[in-house]
Amino acid sequence: MSAASPYDRQNPTYYALIVALVMMSIAPILLMLLTSFRVNVDIMDDTASLFFIPTIRNYETVLCNVLPYAPEHVDYCDPTFGRALGNSIFVALISTGLTLVLGCMAAYAIVRFKFVGRGAISLTTLIMRMVPPAVLLVPVFGIWTYQFGLDGTYAGIILVYVALNLPFVIWILQSFIVQVPIQLEEAAKMDGAGPFQTFFLVVLPLIKPGLAAASIFTFRIAWNEFLLANTLLDRNTRTVPVTIVNSLTEHDIDWGVIMATGMLLAVPPIIFTFIASKQIITGMTAGAVKG
Amino acid sequence: MNLNKLTPYMFLGPAIVILAAALLYPIGYMIYASFLDWNPSQYIGEAEWVGLRNYGNLAEDASFHESMWVTLKFASIVVVLEMVIGVGLALLLDRNIRGMSLLRTIFILPMMIAPIVVGLMWRYMYHPTVGIFNRTLKDWGLEPVPWLSDSWWAFTSVVIADIWQWTPFIFILALAALQSLPRSALEAARIDGASEWQQVLYIKIPLMMPVLIVTCLLRLIDAFKVLEVILVMTNGGPGLATEILALRIARTASEFRELGVAATMSNYLLILLLILTFGMFFYNKAVEARAARVQQRAEEDVK
Repeated sequence: MSAASPYDRQNPTYYALIVALVMMSIAPILLMLLTSFRVNVDIMDDTASLFFIPTIRNYETVLCNVLPYAPEHVDYCDPTFGRALGNSIFVALISTGLTLVLGCMAAYAIVRFKFVGRGAISLTTLIMRMVPPAVLLVPVFGIWTYQFGLDGTYAGIILVYVALNLPFVIWILQSFIVQVPIQLEEAAKMDGAGPFQTFFLVVLPLIKPGLAAASIFTFRIAWNEFLLANTLLDRNTRTVPVTIVNSLTEHDIDWGVIMATGMLLAVPPIIFTFIASKQIITGMTAGAVKG
Repeated sequence: MNLNKLTPYMFLGPAIVILAAALLYPIGYMIYASFLDWNPSQYIGEAEWVGLRNYGNLAEDASFHESMWVTLKFASIVVVLEMVIGVGLALLLDRNIRGMSLLRTIFILPMMIAPIVVGLMWRYMYHPTVGIFNRTLKDWGLEPVPWLSDSWWAFTSVVIADIWQWTPFIFILALAALQSLPRSALEAARIDGASEWQQVLYIKIPLMMPVLIVTCLLRLIDAFKVLEVILVMTNGGPGLATEILALRIARTASEFRELGVAATMSNYLLILLLILTFGMFFYNKAVEARAARVQQRAEEDVK
C-alpha cells in the first residue's frame, strides 16, 4: 500500500479481529448451506467431516413438483413446499407493492398538505413498531374468521401485512419527501401537471432510495412472518415459514431436506442485502440517529 | 378547484382505511376480548362476559409469573450483552479501512434472514449428536453439553442465538453515531493529550449517549417480540425455561384454545411495551428540547 492511500494502516490484530467476527456471523449460514447439499445418512454419520460429495438431491426433493423432470430418488412427491414457495412469492410481492403505493401517497399527503405534525407521525410509528405480532394473534383470528370471512385467503394475509408495514413505510418515506424541493413541484404545476402527475412523474423518481429501503423492509416482514400466517392460512395458501415449522414437529428430522428448505427461504433476503445494503442501513439507522 | 381540495384525502384515504380496519380495530377488539371467556369455535357474541376474571386469574397464575419472569430476564440479559458487545466493537473497529461497507453488509445478514431459519440453524448446531458444538466437544475429548434439554443451558442457548442475530444492529447504529461525532471535539481532546481511554470515556460515549439510549430502547422493544427463533429451537421448553410471553400467548390461543386469556396476556404485554415506548418518546423530546435551547443560547451569544 502506498503512503498516499486514503485508508489508515492497521496492525495485524485488528484484521484478525475482523476476520473472526466475519467468520462468526457467516458460519451458521455457511453450515446451513453445506448441510443442504448433503444426504441425511451422510449428516448422521459419526465420522462426517467438511469434505463430502455435494448433491442437489435435497433441493430436488423439496422442489419435486415444480421441476420439469421427475427426480429418480423421490418415491413420493410431496407438493407442499413447491406450493408454499409459490404462495410466499405471491403474498410477499403483492403486499410489498400495495404497501409502497399506499404508503407513498399517504406520506406525500402528510408532508405537502400538512395534515398533522410530523411529531404525531413519529409517535404513531413508534407505537405501531411496538405492537408484537403475537398481540394481534387473537383479534386477527376472530375478526378475519367471523367478520371479514377472509381466513385462508391471500387477501386476508395481505391485508395484515400491509397494515403491519404501513406505519414504518409512511414514516421513512415522509423523511425522504421532505427533502424534495417544493419549487420542482411548483414548476410542474405551472406546466399544467395535475396533482397525480406531479406525484408520479416528479416526486417518485426523486425518492428512489427511500422506496428501496421501504420495499426491502416490507418484503422482509411479509416473506419471513410466521405466526399470523400460521393462524390465518389453510393447507392450500400456506407460506414457506409455516411449512418449515410444520415439518419440524416430527421426531425424525431429515436435516438435509429441511436445510434446503431453509436455504430457499433465506436466499431472497440475502440477495437483497448484497444489492441494497446501503439503503437497508439508511432505513435501520434513520430511526435512531435522525430521531 | 374542488378536485384540488379533495386531493389530500384521496392520497391519505386508502392508508387510513387499512390502518383502521386491520390494526386499530383488532387492537380495540383484543381489549374487549380480554374480558371474555371465549374459545375459537364460538362467535365472539356467544362468548361469556367474565369481567376482570381473566386479569385476576393471571395475576395469581404461577406459570404466567414464570413466563413474565423469563421474558424480563431474557430481554434484559440480551439487551445488556448486545449493548456492551455492539458498542465495544464499534469503538474498536471505528477506523477508516478498505472494505468497511462489505463488513457492514455481512453483519446485517443475520437480521435479514427469516427468524424461523435462524432458529433452524441454531437448533441444528445445538443438536445433541449431529450438532457442530457437541461434535467439536467430542473431538476434543470433552463431555457433550445438553444445549437444549437442560433448563439453564436452554436459556443460555437462546440468549446466544439472539446475541448472534442482533448485536450487529447495535454495532451498526453505534458506528453511525461514532462517525457523525464532531471531529473538532476529538481533535481538541487529542491536542490536550487525552489518552485513547479518556477519549472513549469522556468524549465519545457521552456524545453518543442520545443515540445509544434510543438504540437500547428500540432493541428492548424488539426483544419482547422475539418468538419464532425460540419456537423453533425449544418451543418454550424444557418445562417453562424459555417460554417467553409472546410464545405463551400463541400457545394459549392455539393449543389451550382460551382466546380470552390470550387476549388478557396480550394486554399485559402491550401495557409493558407502551410504558417503554412512551419513555423513549419523551426522552427523545426532552433531548430535542435541550438541543434547541443550547442552539438558541449559542445564537444569542453570537448576537
